[in-house]
Amino acid sequence: MTTDPSARAAVEANRRRYEELKREGQRYAPRALLGPSPRAPAPLPPKAILHREVVPGGWYWSVQLRRGEALRLALPNGPASVALVAWASADTSERLNYADTVKVQWSATVGKGRVLFSDMGRVMLSIIEDSCGAHDAIAGGSTPGSARALSGNAPRRNTRDNFLLAAGKHGLSRRDVPPCISFFAPVVADPDGRLSWAAERRRKDDYVDLRAEMDLLIALSNCPHPLDPDALSEPPAIEAVRFRAPQPAADDLCRTATAEAVRGFQNTDALFVSQGWSP
Amino acid sequence: MSAFSASTAPGNPARAREDHFVPARSPWSGLVRKGQSIRIVDLEGQQAVDTLFYRADDFGERYSSQDTVRQQGAPYVTTGTALISSEGNVMLTVTADSCGRHDTSAGACSCESNTVRFGHATKYLQACRENFILECGRHGMTKRDIVPNINFFMNVPIEPSGDLAIVDGVSKPGDYVELRAEMDVLCVISNCPQINNPCNGFNPTPIRVLIWDPET
Repeated sequence: MTTDPSARAAVEANRRRYEELKREGQRYAPRALLGPSPRAPAPLPPKAILHREVVPGGWYWSVQLRRGEALRLALPNGPASVALVAWASADTSERLNYADTVKVQWSATVGKGRVLFSDMGRVMLSIIEDSCGAHDAIAGGSTPGSARALSGNAPRRNTRDNFLLAAGKHGLSRRDVPPCISFFAPVVADPDGRLSWAAERRRKDDYVDLRAEMDLLIALSNCPHPLDPDALSEPPAIEAVRFRAPQPAADDLCRTATAEAVRGFQNTDALFVSQGWSP
Repeated sequence: MSAFSASTAPGNPARAREDHFVPARSPWSGLVRKGQSIRIVDLEGQQAVDTLFYRADDFGERYSSQDTVRQQGAPYVTTGTALISSEGNVMLTVTADSCGRHDTSAGACSCESNTVRFGHATKYLQACRENFILECGRHGMTKRDIVPNINFFMNVPIEPSGDLAIVDGVSKPGDYVELRAEMDVLCVISNCPQINNPCNGFNPTPIRVLIWDPET
């Protein structure tokens, strides 16, 4: 430890600021977050719907979202997990960064009111509705190896290969496939840090609405999560609906719930100043 | 929080093939051949060492934090952890760890994420992403190749509530972690320059990197 008094003072000032940011991030911000959305969502206005896709079990889908559009992921046919990765359309080297997402928001869990960050300190997606609240950001998706281990060595469709395929169809390669976030994947850490699966926290008809805050390329994979003990069964088809989200109000939950989100949106909105779009 | 389990390693620094001093805030990279062991020493304690691994003959295959966590069913890296690649192969195995627990969920700091975490006044400070871009660039790689890394000596407990935060490091001066390479790998390190959180005790310090040949 340095003995220079001014250096020591700087260290102490930085420590005090960190403790204050942490206290606010962990104690105050979650109070601003609402509980889960009702399981039966308000139907989307037909005029807002831009596309409806049914993604069969084991398959993938990719979609471009403009800023202000949203994606509803829904489980009308029973429990499934949906893994997601995202790239900025304008520069695909900017991409979903799960590590920044959990670190910046002081929480390994994502859910209604939280946002998903890129590696550039910008908000890519806001979770504007969420009936489930049980999503996984740290254990990743299935791989050829994890899928084969569960199925007695028979090759099975898996999330890693699905993302390689989705990326490949947009001229991207395996160097471009970032780690994913899995929706409807109730992975929980016990006090010893062991990960387990809370199956009861995910049910038929769960859904999330993800609002794009930048122009994005998104890839989805409908494969069983690798920690799902029931990963052997073929998952049901999931539904993905691209729609025009309502314009965010000044008190929009995701834009205002935490100091970190406010600063992330400052970085994001700066990209769109010349387009005159602001909430 | 899980109990910390420390273990010791036999390597004798006098017999190391390579012995590197990495100054505070600096990057480093080097090859570790299959069978060789690499030891990272936290010389003054509480110093996060952001670390990435790439397959030496195919940089497209690289360390995967999520696959490593999923394979062992637990989020921390310690003795016995197999570091898994994006292609599902074991890259290295942690063979000794005098500290007990290391993070692989919180990634590396960057100027951009610092603005979100600590305010825009912290943007123009050295960060691990800068180190990684420069050091990976020396090997022909770009930002596309920088993935979430291991943070040796960084303490990031994940609570059952989901709360996750960097807290004071538990490494003491001289603590080390040692890994055996299971394939030829390029190791890329950023000796973390962060001064805005406790990962370096708010005061970045130097580290030492040693590489041994396999014992014959």
